[in-house]
Amino acid sequence: MIGFFCNVMLALAWVALSGSLTAMNFLAGFVFGFLALMALQNQVAVLDGYGRRLLRFIAFIFYFIIALFKANFRVAYDIATPVWYMKPGVIGLPLAARTDTEIMFLSSLISLTPGTLSLDVSDDRRVLFIHAMFLQDEEALRSELKDLEHRLLRIMR
Amino acid sequence: MTDGIVAIFLLAGATFVLLAAVGIVRLPDLATRMHASTKAGALGAMMIMAGVATHFFEQPEVITRAIAIVVFILLTAPIAAHVIGRAGYFLGIPLWDGTIKDELRDSYDQKTHVLKSGFEDNSPGKPPSERGDTHKDRTEN
Repeated sequence: MIGFFCNVMLALAWVALSGSLTAMNFLAGFVFGFLALMALQNQVAVLDGYGRRLLRFIAFIFYFIIALFKANFRVAYDIATPVWYMKPGVIGLPLAARTDTEIMFLSSLISLTPGTLSLDVSDDRRVLFIHAMFLQDEEALRSELKDLEHRLLRIMR
Repeated sequence: MTDGIVAIFLLAGATFVLLAAVGIVRLPDLATRMHASTKAGALGAMMIMAGVATHFFEQPEVITRAIAIVVFILLTAPIAAHVIGRAGYFLGIPLWDGTIKDELRDSYDQKTHVLKSGFEDNSPGKPPSERGDTHKDRTEN
């Protein structure tokens, strides 16, 4: 977070010094600032791992958009065709996420994907209960959700 | 060229919104309806915003607003879906007859409102999916 803040400040400095306030120029400043922070990240403690994390974050956005579209088409197909292919049910997913922020992001991302809806977290916060629409292959769904969680935690930790 | 891309975005977005509306009518119970309404609707709205941003490509103030709208949809849609679905579930609205399993029912205590995880004894216990009692079909109560 501090790394990202530094990066935005560097981009603003770039915009101020080059004197043209456009989105493209801000983006260029952001990229140059990112490269500078990449070079610095091994020497400054608060920046540790920032470069890797931002790249993972961008990769995660693309991964999630693709997952979002796939899931949307699956649900849309089931709605548009007369026969129900869905086998809905509620499953409990053991969590690797521990803090409130991690659980909040994970459950929101799960809710955002059609076909899975997070219902509740157990009182000791170790299991997330999810209503899933397609439980034909429960193991595949579980490993998909675990993969999502793993990718999210790699960004956040 | 741009017009074609805009048309594709707008049509795809409108199709998703339409499918969300059809889903609300056709799907059998509250939880599955939440899948269709909030998420397909949100994706449709986001694609329409992408079309708007493409159309007004030369006006950054429109693009920033479109991005802000997408961000706020992303922030609010899952929370609304979660809260409505959760409230419906715990108020006892019955699930569809085709529901094949319900691991939450057995972990939830109706009297004390305690939701157990199945890991309480702090040993490397089995997750709820592997406990024997949860594979039974859901019973109406």
